[in-house]
Amino acid sequence: MADRFALDRREFLKTGVTAGTAVLVGFRLSAEAHSDDPAQGQEKPRVNPFDAWVRITPDNRVTLIMGKSEMGQGIMTALPMILAEELCLNWTQVTVEQAPTNPKVYDHGTGGSGSVAGSWLPLRRAGAAAREMLITAAATKWNVNRDTCVAKDGGVLHGARKNFLTYGELVPAASNLPIPDLKTVPLKNSSDFTVVGHDTHRFEGKAKANGSAKFGIDSRVPGMQYAVIARCPVFGGKVKSFDAAKTKQVPGVRDVLTIEAVGKGAFTAGGVVVLADNSWAAIKGREALKIEWDEGPTASESSETLRQQFLANASKPGKAVRNDGDADAAFRGATKKIDAVYEFPFAPHATMEPMNCTVHIRQDSAEAWVPTQAPQWAQDIIVKVSGLPPESVRVNTTLMGGAFGRRYQADFVMEAAQVAKATGKPVMVLWTREDDMQHDFYRPASYHKMQGAIGSDGKIAAWKHFQTSTSIDAMWGDKGEAEAENSEFGTASFIPYQTPNYRVEYTLAKSGVPRAWWRSVEHSSSGFVVESFADELALLAGSDPLEFRLAMIGGDREIPDFGNPKEGKPLRTARQKAVLKLAAEKAGWGTPLPKGTARGIASYFSFESYTACVAEVTIKDRTVKVNRLVYAVDCGRAINPNGVRAQVESAAIYALSAMLYDAITIKGGRVEQANFNDYNMPRMPETPLTEVYVVNSAEEPTGIGEPGLPVVAAAVCNALYALTGKRFRRLPIQAEDLA
Amino acid sequence: MARTALCKTNRRLSTYFHPIPRCCTIRACPQEVPMAVTFTLNGKSTTVEVDPQMPLLWVLRDTLNMTGTKFGCGMALCGACTVHINGEATRSCITPISSVSGKKVTTIEGLSTDASHPVQRAWIEEDVPQCGYCQSGQIMSAVALLSKKPSPTDADIDDAMSGNICRCGTYQRIRKAIHRAASLQAAK
Repeated sequence: MADRFALDRREFLKTGVTAGTAVLVGFRLSAEAHSDDPAQGQEKPRVNPFDAWVRITPDNRVTLIMGKSEMGQGIMTALPMILAEELCLNWTQVTVEQAPTNPKVYDHGTGGSGSVAGSWLPLRRAGAAAREMLITAAATKWNVNRDTCVAKDGGVLHGARKNFLTYGELVPAASNLPIPDLKTVPLKNSSDFTVVGHDTHRFEGKAKANGSAKFGIDSRVPGMQYAVIARCPVFGGKVKSFDAAKTKQVPGVRDVLTIEAVGKGAFTAGGVVVLADNSWAAIKGREALKIEWDEGPTASESSETLRQQFLANASKPGKAVRNDGDADAAFRGATKKIDAVYEFPFAPHATMEPMNCTVHIRQDSAEAWVPTQAPQWAQDIIVKVSGLPPESVRVNTTLMGGAFGRRYQADFVMEAAQVAKATGKPVMVLWTREDDMQHDFYRPASYHKMQGAIGSDGKIAAWKHFQTSTSIDAMWGDKGEAEAENSEFGTASFIPYQTPNYRVEYTLAKSGVPRAWWRSVEHSSSGFVVESFADELALLAGSDPLEFRLAMIGGDREIPDFGNPKEGKPLRTARQKAVLKLAAEKAGWGTPLPKGTARGIASYFSFESYTACVAEVTIKDRTVKVNRLVYAVDCGRAINPNGVRAQVESAAIYALSAMLYDAITIKGGRVEQANFNDYNMPRMPETPLTEVYVVNSAEEPTGIGEPGLPVVAAAVCNALYALTGKRFRRLPIQAEDLA
Repeated sequence: MARTALCKTNRRLSTYFHPIPRCCTIRACPQEVPMAVTFTLNGKSTTVEVDPQMPLLWVLRDTLNMTGTKFGCGMALCGACTVHINGEATRSCITPISSVSGKKVTTIEGLSTDASHPVQRAWIEEDVPQCGYCQSGQIMSAVALLSKKPSPTDADIDDAMSGNICRCGTYQRIRKAIHRAASLQAAK
């Protein structure tokens, strides 16, 4: 796809009308494009597509126009750092602009912990290309050999002559030069890096410390109205009738209307919309509505009926996902063996900024302000609802007050587009906390039946993993329920522990509850299952959990990504063992602890990164207290180690939330929890001391926003076993489990 | 300090953590008419004419377009909306505007114009924010803590900050930043 850019690039080299002369280097590369396989990028344009522009203007500003969304993961810092490195700039000279949607140029999408991995090479090439053009322009101007010129501190230097021109001064000349071939442009030697790999402060840190950072919910447009929607609390339900007489008496309420539910492509609930001059009036107006609901076909679903379905499914064989050897026979014939069942409820994203979207659809154009991981999807929806051509629909991607996968959805965009289309006025659809908690797309609920055996040689003789879950792909996948298992196992279908008899089975559990991608997706459950069960087998084998893991991983080799062998990077066992050893060493694995404290360890491969974690726990007043988490992470080259550590610290708390606090439970087809009183989460006093050791690596960068999560619950529960002799297999841990 | 008051319109008991409300906020009270309320906002006298029950949060955000104070839960559970009223950290989402009449309100925008307040500086230096959404409230809680306890212990921090949720889990850095801010303030 780099070649496709080359054909287009001339149009991007012209002098901008408003920006003045500028050097613009652009590229259109999918996340896979650096594999140099032209077919791949075309097939999967939506996975992690990335486009960026480097713009250097005569006022000596360097701007990265960023086609990725900032949700807290630090991409607004890491991406300009890469650019600054190749441009030989102090990175603070780089500014960042959020790219507008333009389907001809950009194809956004921020997820799968893939922004740095997918941008690393394209951004280096873009920065290097701009640098080479600027050097050529300077050499030409000075009439010297370009090899005697170097890029330095935001300009080009001819050392012998003591000539220095800033990039800004060189822009007029450089902008007339051809862009070097992006595939062959010389990249900096990593030993010369002065920006990449160095702890760097967050680009937007100041704006987030003085209240000036603008999130979606902070969008303000002249004449805008605030809309709050009454949605049927039962998933799939509809409005039967409503009475808005009292609502219309609420001062500030302007209008009441209904919107239809939209199925695949948005999955909205529809409902009754209250439009008002301010959020408060809209909320009060909604409270005054009288609505009769048609609760629809899933009104009888509950967590209990779902569990019955799990149990029924688990009593029968599932679809074979993987089958090496004969795990059933090996299990039957074994003397040292163990059965275990692991269970997970639905989990909400619960971003601090509730869902919201501001849209203005006019006669001839539309504009939207969207806190979204998927701006292109937002644009597609507004195009569809408005009937306008894409070039007339501008989507401004705002900062996001948390996302964790929730904002990869576009349900809130669809609602805002529907209301904006109906009113013709700028409108913000605002979700309250209750809306957000009860109309999420949840991490699937799942039930895992594990069977494992240890042979007379002390090795794993059988590993069987049966799972039944409310699959994500059953709802979102191209093949729907037919391949529901695809989204549910991740690394659980290619564990690093060697066994000749390895079987993975799956059965779909049907549910009316919406599901989707939650931080670390399937790894959040599969990491817990695999790493708890590995611990169970270690103890069955009479081995130390660390020694057992290292022994069962065995020699250095590559294990292909079972679910995605073509695109997924293989698991490299040497790196897995290295993080295990590093975490163990830093945590003092094997050294004595105070009475009443115990350690547990876990290690997992996800998003092409390797993490290991040692947890130290105590139990006090029937409450688990995690005192310390020691992580080792290998995410390839860390662009901003400070940002890497921050992401892992964050994932730790997110993981603790789902394992130690509340669950999303269903009754009468609806979510029982509504706000932070019945869905609580860790707060300051419950925060463990978290240490993160980042492996110094020259490997290609891989993900880090999510990989910190899957190891936590397993490390903590393995520690709890060491402390109590009791195995915790159902999350979140309940007070009665600790009794 | 919770107080209760009977709402004359809906005849329901309403509980507040802050000064006596004129009317409950649980049910719509359509009879309420806009009323002028004057208070001092970040040092400036400010008058708004709104439903007297409208929480300060929405007055700040929607009437005055001061969006630094955030909406998180609407029930004083998460602390994202924390402001200072007469120097006390207060959840603006459950504070009726009528109750701030004549009082001094400070929001995140009032701490400094350039993020130079010691707590803001500490936040930037420790790279506390991730998504950043809760941080206005965290900072306002931290400033209130430091005004009472210039050298807080970890236990003081646990106590003062436990009303503020951060879904990005930046608590460890918040703790470090509060200690750093204490040093910065002491050095002034």
